[in-house]
Amino acid sequence: MNLINNAYVYGRFLEISIRSQMQYRVSFIMLSLGHLISTGIEFIGMLVLFDRFGTLRDWELSEVAFMYGVVNIAFSISDAATRGFDTFGTMVKSGDFDRLLTRPRSTALQLAGQELTLRRVGRLAQGLIILIWASSGLDIDWNAARFGLLVFAVFGGAALFAGLIVLQATLAFWTTETLEIMNAVTYGGVETTQYPVVIYRAWFRDIFFYVILLATVSYFPTLAILDRVDPLGTSVTFQYLSPLIGFVFLAVTLRVWQFGVRHYTSTGS
Amino acid sequence: MIGYRALVSARFRALLQYRSAAVAGIGTQLFWGLIRVMIFEAFFLSSTASQPMELADVITYIWLGQAFLVVLPWNVDRDLQSMVRSGGVTYELLRPMNVYNAWYWRAVALRTAPTLLRSVPLLVLAALFFDLQAPASLASGLAFVVAMIGAVALSAAFTNLLSIALLWTVSGEGLTYMAPGVVAIFSGNIVPLPFFPDWAQTAIRLLPFSGIVDSPFRLYVGHIPPSDLLLVVAHQLVWTFAFVALGKWMMARSLRRIEFQGG
Repeated sequence: MNLINNAYVYGRFLEISIRSQMQYRVSFIMLSLGHLISTGIEFIGMLVLFDRFGTLRDWELSEVAFMYGVVNIAFSISDAATRGFDTFGTMVKSGDFDRLLTRPRSTALQLAGQELTLRRVGRLAQGLIILIWASSGLDIDWNAARFGLLVFAVFGGAALFAGLIVLQATLAFWTTETLEIMNAVTYGGVETTQYPVVIYRAWFRDIFFYVILLATVSYFPTLAILDRVDPLGTSVTFQYLSPLIGFVFLAVTLRVWQFGVRHYTSTGS
Repeated sequence: MIGYRALVSARFRALLQYRSAAVAGIGTQLFWGLIRVMIFEAFFLSSTASQPMELADVITYIWLGQAFLVVLPWNVDRDLQSMVRSGGVTYELLRPMNVYNAWYWRAVALRTAPTLLRSVPLLVLAALFFDLQAPASLASGLAFVVAMIGAVALSAAFTNLLSIALLWTVSGEGLTYMAPGVVAIFSGNIVPLPFFPDWAQTAIRLLPFSGIVDSPFRLYVGHIPPSDLLLVVAHQLVWTFAFVALGKWMMARSLRRIEFQGG
């Protein structure tokens, strides 16, 4: 009952957010286009490099492009859904967060429902186009399991990115400022995992496996879908289960968030 | 002239306040540079064909790109942006100086002050730990310094176009949103320009943006000989003057029939 009600409230939040953004239609189209272009240039860079070098180790352009698509779709979803957490720092500074505490719903729900940033459709469209283009160039043996894994990986990735953004916002309880450095983890994470992580130096690769966990939601599932043997020697079962880590991570960060809320002291302004 | 100098020094003092942003920026950019370096290392390992640039030069190019990132015209002065929104921009028209010139010098401050804060520590760290090389020769180093001054002049002229476009509210904001992507790819910030397909080289070089990143950096690593400095500076100046002329024209036009937001 509680869950259904929360979902209903969340749905209402999103409805209001979408309606308000649609009041400025020209602005919305402009911003979405701008977003498409500014996120698409990374792919142009990738095309240029593959045009020069042919392959990246033993990876073909379409294989890397596939991974690029998965990561960008996942990130665009979490980026659109977590705008409230993204601007949380200013909320703490201005004291506006106090108002959220007086309402009979959890703060996480209220922040998540604050805005569904529609212009992020720019990155989403870009990721989808590239994913479809890449798949058409690949000889993937599509079956229900592989397709299910693709969807699972996208949402697992979105959950993981969302968890990182929640964690970034949680830090603001102590620093009263959203730490820019965390952008290295989110945006830098997208940048890093667009390419197969095996190409990086071992210590750097390990950070993305064990600390930021981002490699687990993009690299491993892609291997299973493309039917590639992992040079690091993980099993196919593990590759199928790996997106689960994203959801677990999000659950943990929401716990940390609650801990932060309990230790919140208002700035009083 | 005294007015402009005062304006620049005031903007400098304001912009140099953002020191913690600079520290965070340095951390982020080290990370970013490192990813780029590793991607290039992996690509160079994948092919034995001869490449338009050596790996060591590419690595130096990448670190220079991180150190001088803020020189790129990727944003407009935030104060100007909010002035346009609030209507406070009217005061700008009352001041006893040419609005275009005043905004131009604002843009110069915006492109240089944060760079001063960020570039030195980043260059030191990159030189100590991440294979940033010294300039190819003394002449290359000097040519780089001259070309960077040209880059700032050009970048400020383009920044000013974006600021003036803000006067057209909605479409102007769209422009400031789209410009960074175009600038990043065609300046060499994403991939050094020599790696672009051969058929595209001439066109990309002729575009203004190569003068902001690619030409100065290639002078530094010696990929463009110092003797070609005059060509680089000529390219930068031609585009700077073109952007200034266009900017003045745009400003004159938009001020002729401007409506201010109240407030």
